[in-house]
Amino acid sequence: MNNELMFFMLSAVILVFSVLTVTTRKILRAAVYLLFVLVATAGLYFQLNYNFLAAVQLTVYAGGIVVLIIFSILLTSHISERAPIASAARAALAALVTVAGAILTLITVMQFTFRPAGIPPISPNVKNVGRALVSYGTDGYALPFEAISILLLAAMIGAIVVARKESNNQSTK
Amino acid sequence: MTQGIPLYYFLIISTLMFFIGIFGFLTRRNLITMLMSIELVLNSVNINFVAFNSYLFPHRMQGQFFSLIVIAVAAAEAAVAIAIIINIYRNFRSIETDKVNEMKY
Repeated sequence: MNNELMFFMLSAVILVFSVLTVTTRKILRAAVYLLFVLVATAGLYFQLNYNFLAAVQLTVYAGGIVVLIIFSILLTSHISERAPIASAARAALAALVTVAGAILTLITVMQFTFRPAGIPPISPNVKNVGRALVSYGTDGYALPFEAISILLLAAMIGAIVVARKESNNQSTK
Repeated sequence: MTQGIPLYYFLIISTLMFFIGIFGFLTRRNLITMLMSIELVLNSVNINFVAFNSYLFPHRMQGQFFSLIVIAVAAAEAAVAIAIIINIYRNFRSIETDKVNEMKY
């Protein structure tokens, strides 16, 4: 009973603030609503006992990406600036497309019967996660771990190169 | 898995969140808010992976690791996208998609 109550509260937070994120006209508020959505998602992961994943969600998404987005909002727009609103025809068309897609997907999902594998589960605790991250072979994830570290390095260097000012020996410009 | 909550509830939540993100991507005219819509979409996919892993295949950990990697890719994508957005702002003094159309035609 407590589980269900918690789940419904978290999903209500997720849905309400997702809608607010994409409809509010104040950009900074949209970022804060996105933060609420991400924290509620971390709550869902905690409910499923994925503690490590929930912690990563909180630190990387809620802590890192949202702060990055807020920084860039403050750098690129005035605090009182309102986001331009889409024309009514475009908004209606987008709503039509998304509602149709959502209904189609939900019908397809609800008609499918999922069968659990029925094999005794392993606990997704931090010890098992850490062991799997550095082992290889079956249930080892050393290769994706290394690949993602190379991707992060490349993204970091790329972001610095793209965002840097071109100085051309005129540093005081 | 959680007692008393069917897998379908998670799928419904993630489907609705996904299409809300798509709606935002289609209607927003500001690069940063479009980026936020993409984050919503990625997050909904993560919920799907985790729910499938927890309910259907609890003896493996693929769903969890796929979610971790999606989070890392989302972080890299946000960093590069924001670098590009700041560069665009420097050149055009605006991040509205209607005003950044020099290469459109």
